[in-house]
Amino acid sequence: MGQINLKPNIKNNDEFYSKLIAAHEGLSEEESIEFNSRLILILSNQVGDPEILAEALEIAKRR
Amino acid sequence: MYQIFNTPLYKYQKSTDQDSKNLRHYRVLIIGAGPVGLSAAIDLAIQGVEVLVLDESDKVSNGSRAICVSKRALEISERLGVGKKMLDKGVIWNLGKVFFDNKKVYEFNLLPEDGHQYPAFINLQQYYVEEYLVSRIRELQEKGYSIEIRGGNKVEEVINEPEKVTLNINTMDGNYSLSCDWLIACDGPKSTVRSSLGLDFDGQIFEDNFLIADVTMDAEFPTERRFWFDPPFNKGQSALLHKQPDGVWRIDLQLGWDIDKETEKREENVIPRLKAMLGEDVNFKLEWVSIYTFQCMKMEKFKHGRILFAGDSAHQVSPFGARGANSGVQDVDNLCWKLKLVLEEKAPLSLLDSYNFERVFAAEENITNSSRSTDFITPKSKISMAFRNAVLELSERYDFARPLVNSGRLSTPSTYDNSSLNSLDGMKNPTRSRVGAPCPDLPFHDDYLLNKTGNQFCVLTFNCKITETLEDLFLPVKTIEITEGDENKDLMRDRFLGQYKEAVYLLRPDQHIAGRWPSYDKEILLEALKKATGN
Repeated sequence: MGQINLKPNIKNNDEFYSKLIAAHEGLSEEESIEFNSRLILILSNQVGDPEILAEALEIAKRR
Repeated sequence: MYQIFNTPLYKYQKSTDQDSKNLRHYRVLIIGAGPVGLSAAIDLAIQGVEVLVLDESDKVSNGSRAICVSKRALEISERLGVGKKMLDKGVIWNLGKVFFDNKKVYEFNLLPEDGHQYPAFINLQQYYVEEYLVSRIRELQEKGYSIEIRGGNKVEEVINEPEKVTLNINTMDGNYSLSCDWLIACDGPKSTVRSSLGLDFDGQIFEDNFLIADVTMDAEFPTERRFWFDPPFNKGQSALLHKQPDGVWRIDLQLGWDIDKETEKREENVIPRLKAMLGEDVNFKLEWVSIYTFQCMKMEKFKHGRILFAGDSAHQVSPFGARGANSGVQDVDNLCWKLKLVLEEKAPLSLLDSYNFERVFAAEENITNSSRSTDFITPKSKISMAFRNAVLELSERYDFARPLVNSGRLSTPSTYDNSSLNSLDGMKNPTRSRVGAPCPDLPFHDDYLLNKTGNQFCVLTFNCKITETLEDLFLPVKTIEITEGDENKDLMRDRFLGQYKEAVYLLRPDQHIAGRWPSYDKEILLEALKKATGN
């Protein structure tokens, strides 16, 4: 297992992005942080593979 | 620089209509001599409809304004007789570079597709486009077409009656009136026609201001589009650098909504901004500067009785994506053939409802795209900014983030998927040329297919022949036979045949596909022709 996919994989990028931003509309900053936390946990469960999750964590740490 | 926009091209001249005792009546009047109004006039004239354009000014666009001309707009201009002139003068660009803060995050290539006469985009100042359209009108006049353009004619009042539209027009010789069967309002975002009817735009989404400057400079920049998110020289906003013909560079600096326009426009304020962008040591000359305010909105309906709205008078978008003038030209491409059929009583009035349906749909698509770009470029909240910046940072190293970067989704024509003019699609593929889509181009007999379709309905047969006559149909239909050969085989399969050995396509005069089938059947073709004309 392993090997994170860093090639484009989202079907309709613009639609997804606008839905993501719209989901935060009307939320306070604190509520947005909480929303993102839930979202990351849901998506992590979907990914499942611990190696990929570890890779994703590493990539997100890089600046 | 040769400033064509200082020269009157259609000076006011007193018309005999002004002294006439009887109200002079026209089939079609057009208000506004911008790219949309002039295109509409030419389209109607070459289709044999008498037309008159009224404009309060007498010159072409002051300044470069709409500079990105899309492939579809070029194809339409080709049909109108000015496409090649535009292509010859225009700057073709394919490379785009995206910057975030002070670093380049990635670049893209528009990778033009083979087998099209026109590239995805050219850059050409709006005043050139208008100049070419005006000289095309002069050419048509010399050939005896019924087309006229009157400068210094300011429409003050519009009366929309059931059987006709009456206009009250102001000139330096006083007021006079004209009437017409149909009025096309191409009079821009501040449309007098719209306000005179008490109609308004529907749903303003946002408002923003741009400092737009044309400069000539000594420094050599390559022919590419550069876009900056949040650059050091314009913090918190965006910037765009684009090349135009005559060595002119176009610079768009976003200013935000809360600014004082008069202050920002002063040269002492503009020069430092441009220096910060171009570098202190670059010598440049300011050719033209303007503040452009835009809103994102549209009218609820583009057809009101006998008045049809087209271009900016009907819809406005942000400049990201070049969806303004390009979509306006597509509006009138959609409208003119329908108007002609209605005037000739070969189609019912209801055909014009399809103009409203199809072009409102296109305007919505344009507004959606341009709003999404604006939201990405100018995030409205802290969290939206955080996501935007994360996308830009990730895009520097990771492919997956690049399609999420949105510095404007460049104008492509709409596919009228749910139009009442569409026949049931007889083929499963190719998807790109499904019913409602604009017909793709194809190299054909040392020329291109889209140059051959003319201004009428057209049947394309691929690898098959129509042996019987189509002259007994209720409308003239042109037939074009295309046979697979080595040079066009792959393109033909990819664009027209898909999984099929043969195919028959019915094109509307605006080159959108009205129907397609894997084999020819005259009855089916006739039904499709009826449907596509509202009969």
